[in-house]
Amino acid sequence: MTRTPLRRRSSNPVLRAIATVLAGGVLAGCAGCASPEAPEPVAIPDEADAPEVVSTPAPEPAQTPRTDADGVWLDENGQPLARTLYFGFDEAVLKPSDLRVLERHGAFLRENSDRSLRIEGHCDERGTREYNLALGERRANAVQDFLVSAGVSASQLETVSYGEERPQDVGHDESAWAKNRRAELVY
Amino acid sequence: MIRNPLRLFAAIAPLMTLSAAALEKIIIDRGYDEQTRIAVAPFDAAAGAGGGIADIVSFDLARSGQFDALPPEQMLSMPSHPEDVVFRDWRVQGVEYIVIGRQWRTAQGELAVAWHLFDVFNERELMAESLQAPPEKLRDVAHRIADDVYERITGVPGAFSTRIVYVLATDAGTARARYLLKIADSDGARARTLFNSVQPILSASWSPDAQRVAYVSFESGRQAVVIQNLATGGRETVAEYKGLNGAPVFSPDGRQLALVLSRDGNPEIYVMALDGNRALRRVTRYPGAIDTEPSWTPDGAGLIFTSDRGGRPQIYRMELGNSMIERLTFQGDYNARARLLPDGRHLIYVHRRAGTYHIAWQDLERDDVRVLTETSLDESPSIAPNGMMLIYATQDAGRGILAVVSIDGRVKYRLPSDEGDVREPAWSPYIDALSPSSGY
Repeated sequence: MTRTPLRRRSSNPVLRAIATVLAGGVLAGCAGCASPEAPEPVAIPDEADAPEVVSTPAPEPAQTPRTDADGVWLDENGQPLARTLYFGFDEAVLKPSDLRVLERHGAFLRENSDRSLRIEGHCDERGTREYNLALGERRANAVQDFLVSAGVSASQLETVSYGEERPQDVGHDESAWAKNRRAELVY
Repeated sequence: MIRNPLRLFAAIAPLMTLSAAALEKIIIDRGYDEQTRIAVAPFDAAAGAGGGIADIVSFDLARSGQFDALPPEQMLSMPSHPEDVVFRDWRVQGVEYIVIGRQWRTAQGELAVAWHLFDVFNERELMAESLQAPPEKLRDVAHRIADDVYERITGVPGAFSTRIVYVLATDAGTARARYLLKIADSDGARARTLFNSVQPILSASWSPDAQRVAYVSFESGRQAVVIQNLATGGRETVAEYKGLNGAPVFSPDGRQLALVLSRDGNPEIYVMALDGNRALRRVTRYPGAIDTEPSWTPDGAGLIFTSDRGGRPQIYRMELGNSMIERLTFQGDYNARARLLPDGRHLIYVHRRAGTYHIAWQDLERDDVRVLTETSLDESPSIAPNGMMLIYATQDAGRGILAVVSIDGRVKYRLPSDEGDVREPAWSPYIDALSPSSGY
């Protein structure tokens, strides 16, 4: 019988994810991730109008950012901050555009340490249910690890994977599947 | 193929009234080309004894795909005592075996049945049995007769007396979504709800004594593994750690539970002792990879599981004694959720081929792989205790249904549901439902 060579990879899926993003620009080989603003170096963007919070104890923000109905900051265009991030098939890699959104969520959570965030990982219906629970957790962890790396306290974050059990779209085609491969941020 | 669809329908028709449950009548899509022709003559029901035993026995044998059951309206005679059997009446219709019997009520109000199996060509009695049970166990009596007839003729124990558990999801994807854990006869009849929740339920598996079912429930808003006692309905949460708590499977001796936890940061396989202190032993350790969907080898000495440690999900086997791991699947880039046949030498799993998901069979000694199903999004295969058939979840007209295929892929039938999506089937071990101590 064949013994499998046990090949080790980075122990941290998010480091792998971010490395992929940084190295590849945009995910060569990620079929489902149409990304018009393709190879863009993803150093985390400094948002001029976002409150600058760096490693030093933050002084008062220059101005109080406007918020949505849940008290969460709006994005730089004054729109509610995206709460759903989408993934490629069988992947847990954050897209560059999502990193920008997450950076703002992170800044909000750093500024509001009393707020907590539940990150729900979801999958499309293809593949087995338990494998998809693990894949959904990988997606939720990709978001969580990014936020922690952005300075959010882990105690503010909780992850749960629903795998394929709670689809956003109950259809059985690529358009439904694309909507179901997601992480939802629930404040 | 089924020789005569009308004849088959006649065998099905009585069931439509018997199963007032979520699962509708079974639709047989395919049987063996060469079937054994059998006739089960109606048991002459004395007043108040109820009827239908012969219909249930006939239909059990028919859905095995190995038997072609003669419908009552084509019978030239309907004997219920051995001395009334005229073999010529059956021989002229090509019937190879006949089952006759009679049923009555005892003075204590019990259902009593006496039945016989005859070999028509040799004009010989093969079996003569009698049974007694509470009247509400009429279906159990019928399934027992079918089990015994099947074993006497084929040499393989029948598995008609078994049960299935499965999940019925209604209004999926809406705010009104409900998830019901159901138990039913192996033909879908007598369905009842074990647990219902507004949160997902999945991954049900049986204890080897068929007294308990373990499953995953999100009822608390997080994942947890629950063990439920079928007779009492009592439920106990045995794992609710941070992260994944999934894929529970009882060991063959019922004393341990293999499951998946990610409490240490990564999905790994653990074994929990069910007696005493619920001690957990972690048996895989592969950072960055998903290890999930464990299942025991029949001797309890090893586990098979799904892992993407090689980059894509494949099936591996681990010996628990020395932690040696061996990869079992090499065809295709998605093989998952495997179960071993009772002989331990054949593997059943979900296999992706050309973008679609099917149930595959693999001979572990010859590495021969066969795809058993041609439906789509096939998953969650669960093998009957006699190793002859497996039940799985698939899609039919956009809805989740259960389907059954024989291990050689030649017999197929479906168990459509009259509502919702049906999924996550688990076929029970053998059940002695006529024993008062069985809990059934």
